[in-house]
Amino acid sequence: MEDKLIIGGVELESRLFTGTGKFPSKEVIRETLEASNSQVVTMALRRVDFDNPEENVINYIPDNFTLLPNTSGARTAEEVVRIARIAKAAGCGNWIKIEAISDNKYLMPDNQETIKATEILAKEGFVVLPYVSPDLMVAKRLEEVGAAAVMPLGAPIGSNRGLKTKELIRILIDEINLPIIVDAGIGKPSHAAEAMEMGADAVLVNTAIATASDPVKMAQAFDYAVQAGRIAYLAGLGAVKDYASASSPLTGFLKGE
Amino acid sequence: MSFYEEYKRVKNIDFYSFFAQVTKYDVEKVLAKDRLREEDFLVLLSPVASDYLEEMAQKAHKLTVQNFGKVIFLYVPLYLANYCVNQCAYCGFSVKNGFKRNKLTINQVEEEAKAIMDKGIKDLVVLTGESRKHSPVSYIKDSIKILTEYFSSIAIEVYPMKTEEYKELVEAGVDGLTIYQEAYNEEIYDEVHITGPKKNYRFRLDAPERGCQAGMRRVNIGPLLGLDDWRKEAFFAGLHANYLQNNYMDTEISLSLPRLRPHLGSFQSNSIVDDLALVQIILAYRLFLPRVGISLSTRESDKLRDNLLPLGITKMSAESSTAVGGYAKDKGVKQFDISDERTVAEIKELLLNRGYQPVFKDWQQL
Repeated sequence: MEDKLIIGGVELESRLFTGTGKFPSKEVIRETLEASNSQVVTMALRRVDFDNPEENVINYIPDNFTLLPNTSGARTAEEVVRIARIAKAAGCGNWIKIEAISDNKYLMPDNQETIKATEILAKEGFVVLPYVSPDLMVAKRLEEVGAAAVMPLGAPIGSNRGLKTKELIRILIDEINLPIIVDAGIGKPSHAAEAMEMGADAVLVNTAIATASDPVKMAQAFDYAVQAGRIAYLAGLGAVKDYASASSPLTGFLKGE
Repeated sequence: MSFYEEYKRVKNIDFYSFFAQVTKYDVEKVLAKDRLREEDFLVLLSPVASDYLEEMAQKAHKLTVQNFGKVIFLYVPLYLANYCVNQCAYCGFSVKNGFKRNKLTINQVEEEAKAIMDKGIKDLVVLTGESRKHSPVSYIKDSIKILTEYFSSIAIEVYPMKTEEYKELVEAGVDGLTIYQEAYNEEIYDEVHITGPKKNYRFRLDAPERGCQAGMRRVNIGPLLGLDDWRKEAFFAGLHANYLQNNYMDTEISLSLPRLRPHLGSFQSNSIVDDLALVQIILAYRLFLPRVGISLSTRESDKLRDNLLPLGITKMSAESSTAVGGYAKDKGVKQFDISDERTVAEIKELLLNRGYQPVFKDWQQL
């Protein structure tokens, strides 16, 4: 059976979402995206320069990608909504990744503002992918108001610290009937594989690829890691035992051993 | 609430005794930490830490790439007027300096905007001399209305204002505020600001905070290096940035490191801030405040700017003119002489050659 992820009516074979921030040049962005085998790419609308083709990052994104503009820079639901509408009017499609961040020290998302913005944009027909701190009640509310997926952070943006919120993400995977895309904090291919092994539907990786010494090779490494993690999840991981199968059992006497 | 309370708390620290007691081991301990405290920051500014610049640089580079990526934001200053009512010992615009003052008409503002836009720049800092009479809030607001048609992000660097005035400008399309304290040392501040409203230390010190309260998206502060011992001034400015970052988390805070440059007048610097010192300050800032932007202007030489790039810098000006009307027509008295005279295209090429992406647009007017 084919293993596809469907978001907003779009069938995706790759479960690696990529980003366009922090790269040393726009040419490297194009090469890296191609190497990543990814199909969805996020870009900050704040950096898209529609007046200047040479500076417009969209011109460096291969045509076969689904654009996921994000609302980076927005601090409130109102700003998120305005940025989303600008993105749509500018021809970036109707997918939107909500980033509502009013904390410039840690860049932690504001879950309350995110819920408000999701509700408004989902009603307007956007395919809304909200970036949140992993919280079950918040995710349930996002589900109710029409989010197309939930994007919990594994660790603060750009920290490369891995799945520090693993237990909380696991609850979202178990309880939420939307795709769970782990976003932020994934610093190594092994972190991505770990997220996929536990049942995440996809991961979004930017900093770890963009700031690698060789972003193109790192993008390939993440592609393989995400595929490996997904296959392992589908294969069913063996149970983890807290004890060994003893060769001299302590309860063998009950069976006459 | 005011940073002044913080300043009063630390102003009488016996810096020289503190520095005398810092050991190499102390510096190494700080370098091994993930999160730095105030004392750690001061250790990094100590004379002993100047022996650890390479270690600091390696860590600063890593933190900068992690937090900001391999990108540099580019901006340009636009001088609207050079009328000034203050007598400041160190500034070419001082009211005592006799030269023909100038102020752009709204049409000239538009000409300048077009000339700057042709360079591809989208991020603007609008400056005036400090004269409410010649550059009232209404004049700045009228200029901003024109400029928002050409630029996606506009900051102001003008006289300190009241919160309500900052709010008016935010509504008109200003999203950033730059205001330098010049001297954090209150006594030296009083000495170098001879006459004029700029003598009001507190009103200036609290201006960045009023900007945050007025809804500015980004606030940039800094000391004018050279007016007092740089180790102390850098420390106060770093604490000021930390204070603003902790109290106004929704505002992006950044630091600038202007050094005194040749200008009209004969002021002699109280503290020589050589390149080594400048490097130590940048590195200490980055290690203490990993998420704070650090801006570098064309006051510095091309060679030095190239070498400072990987140490923590996130923003640079390019092809700046510090004269009123200096872009559309190249004339007028400059506030100070710039040192790096390369064009925007040359800076762009340099950045790409060094493995950095030049970013011209980093905000979308909403």
